[in-house]
Amino acid sequence: MKFGVVVFPGSNCDDDMIHVLGDVMKSEVVKVWHKDTGLPGFNTSDCIVLPGGFAYGDYLRCGALAGLSPIMSAVKDFAAKGGMVVGICNGFQVLCEAGLLPGVLLANSSQKFICKNIHLKIENNETPFTRLTSKGDVLKIPIAHAEGRYYADENILGQLEMNNQVLFRYCSPTGEVADEYNPNGASRNIAGICNEGRNVFGMMPHPERASEEILGNTDGRILFESLLNHVLESA
Amino acid sequence: MKFLAEIEIMPHKELLDPQGKTVAKNLKYINIDGVEDVRIGKHIKITLEADSQDDATEKVKTACEKVLSNPIMESFHFTLSEA
Repeated sequence: MKFGVVVFPGSNCDDDMIHVLGDVMKSEVVKVWHKDTGLPGFNTSDCIVLPGGFAYGDYLRCGALAGLSPIMSAVKDFAAKGGMVVGICNGFQVLCEAGLLPGVLLANSSQKFICKNIHLKIENNETPFTRLTSKGDVLKIPIAHAEGRYYADENILGQLEMNNQVLFRYCSPTGEVADEYNPNGASRNIAGICNEGRNVFGMMPHPERASEEILGNTDGRILFESLLNHVLESA
Repeated sequence: MKFLAEIEIMPHKELLDPQGKTVAKNLKYINIDGVEDVRIGKHIKITLEADSQDDATEKVKTACEKVLSNPIMESFHFTLSEA
């Protein structure tokens, strides 16, 4: 299994992601440039990662212009064939703007950039991205964003819930989902979702910042381990 | 023919606009009272060449729908004049 990490002008978590996937998870990982028009060398057991940052300066709306970039056409084709795509933070915003995931990320209700550890409750562990977790598990993972308020209309939210597409909700350290543990005002405390096909995943928190002992937190590792385990089991 | 499109993009009414809310709260510091609500959107001007008014309208509408606004969170309207 190979990972491709897309580098947009303004990406700033690309090297962190490459470090975790390559040095920590010992996987093959390459950079993919935003102007590339295809993904040669990748097949459907591989995974494309859209990292955090401020792609295209987040001009117009976060993720909007990155969603139009040449590589995103290739990523859409890749996802349509069943390839796995993961968007972290700005990458999640790009996936929403590109139409690969429903909804949108709005400015935090506090109008502040928030950088801190939060807790996530696992809502669905039957996806390639969460398969080694258990439903109800709580992960401590940091967020760092100004525009992380997940929003979709009631109709879309209903569909997400019905199809079990909500992967993570903001919660207390013991797993209680309540307004007081919602850092950004996200609809229904949603922190991460997947598409109906279970091969496109987006989340605002940064698991790549919580994958090493030396950083004091390894809760994020299980998500990368899940992806690798999924490919191993499906082989 | 050259046209000027003036586009207004606004967040949907039902959405919290934290930027507008913050501005509304702070207008009192310059002694403006009576402010009930502030909503902040975008004003975009596009100058473009097009064969006709209809052609220009179509181009601007496509730009608004596909890039300049996101229908989940915003609505748009525009006026078009010969530049």
